[in-house]
Amino acid sequence: MKFFFHLGQYILLMKRVFCRPERHKIYWRQLLVEIEKLGIDSIGIVVIISVFMGGIITLQLTYNLSNPFMPSYLIGLGNRDTLILEFSSTILSLMLAGKVGSNIATEIGSMRITEQIDSMEIMGINSASFLILPKILAVVIVSPMLFVLSIATGLIGGLIAGPMSGAVTTADYLNGVTYAFVPYYVTFSGLKTLAFGFLIASVPAYLGYYVDGGALEVGKVSTQSVVTTSILILFFDLVLTQIFFK
Amino acid sequence: MIEIKGLCKSFEGRPILKDISTKFEKGKTNLIIGQSGSGKTVLLKSIVGLLDIDEGEILYNGEDVSHLSDKKRKSLRQDIGMVFQGGALFDSLTVEENVRFPLDMFTKKTDKEKVDRVKFCLDRVDIKGANDLYPAEISGGMRKRVAIARAIVLNPKYLFCDEPNSGLDPMTSILIDNLINQITQDLDITTIINTHDMNSVMEIGDNILFISHGEKWWEGNKNEILYTSNEKLNDFVFASPLYREMRTLKKQELKDEQS
Repeated sequence: MKFFFHLGQYILLMKRVFCRPERHKIYWRQLLVEIEKLGIDSIGIVVIISVFMGGIITLQLTYNLSNPFMPSYLIGLGNRDTLILEFSSTILSLMLAGKVGSNIATEIGSMRITEQIDSMEIMGINSASFLILPKILAVVIVSPMLFVLSIATGLIGGLIAGPMSGAVTTADYLNGVTYAFVPYYVTFSGLKTLAFGFLIASVPAYLGYYVDGGALEVGKVSTQSVVTTSILILFFDLVLTQIFFK
Repeated sequence: MIEIKGLCKSFEGRPILKDISTKFEKGKTNLIIGQSGSGKTVLLKSIVGLLDIDEGEILYNGEDVSHLSDKKRKSLRQDIGMVFQGGALFDSLTVEENVRFPLDMFTKKTDKEKVDRVKFCLDRVDIKGANDLYPAEISGGMRKRVAIARAIVLNPKYLFCDEPNSGLDPMTSILIDNLINQITQDLDITTIINTHDMNSVMEIGDNILFISHGEKWWEGNKNEILYTSNEKLNDFVFASPLYREMRTLKKQELKDEQS
């Protein structure tokens, strides 16, 4: 019953969020602020994690594929497809759910408990739309860019770690990266990233918007938003993979 | 003028406000007093429309707000200014941006006009040199004054204040009280203040509504409160020996004035 209550309340909130904005100019300004705060500020962590993960995947593949019958360019291919299909879309989204999601839940939750949201409503502003719409748009716009950046830096990580370990040459690695490339994988994962971007912004925003209580509850909601968003990302990953890879 | 008739509000079956009727007149500082948990904030939030009521009517200049169209309701909201207990300033905006925010959202004024209006309102509440500071960088009293400036920036017809003196020292409290009272008279607006500050009651209470356990117990002005025989009200307002002594002195003063 509780699940249906939350689902209904979430849908009603989204209906309010996607209303016609009161002042396009102010929303536009807000969107740019959110793109910087939620997207640009995440570039550093995305690059660091992707470089390391690209390197680690390459080393793992090197040790597991050390067989004379296995061509070494498969290491580059394996790294590329792992990054495109799961790491740069799903795992990166899980990481963003932690970083961006908790930020959104805490910010909106704090505004709720300090009556800032009430004060917007009193002014006649659609607070749901004003606060949540720019965040959703920002994350949805920025997620595919971070996805591409993550693939690129992950491949660079592999390029550094693979030849350094001595298991694969630079030429073999690069050959593997370009071998049997399936563009559909990028399209599929890009679409997944868009869907996950929507979840990363909307679920924590929903939880923060309806928080009731004080600082303790805001803290709880922040944690809850990470857990809920992560589970939803994995669930939708399963569903989307089943649908698009049938 | 705001009139409420038979207002009832409950939470999960627990009645909070029981059949409250009263009038808040224009140009007067109307106070709602009562103990903590008596339903003051629920009453104020119901009047401004933040909470839906179960029964009764809330009339703004004779028009029942529960029957207003969305468009009219939105336009009414722009006639309302509210000062929340903690100020409710937007943390991510500076003092100037906070006061300017309603102008950006609802007016088509030029940049220069907006800057002038913000300056006028900040001067009105005596805030100087803090335009670029964030709410976290200013004191509680300043935050309340900035909140008042933001509340009056659109020239509201109705001003609501939820415990504007809470957490402030006596001197700042008096300043805030006088400021709200002055604004009410200058702009000729309907002001409703939630308070349990007895200085406010004695200084600016043009019309006082006392509620206890969600019920209306007494209504009158700051002079009438001195002569009331309502025990509950006396226990609340003149709880300390100092206030009881002050009442005796004030009564004497009024007597002398009359004679």
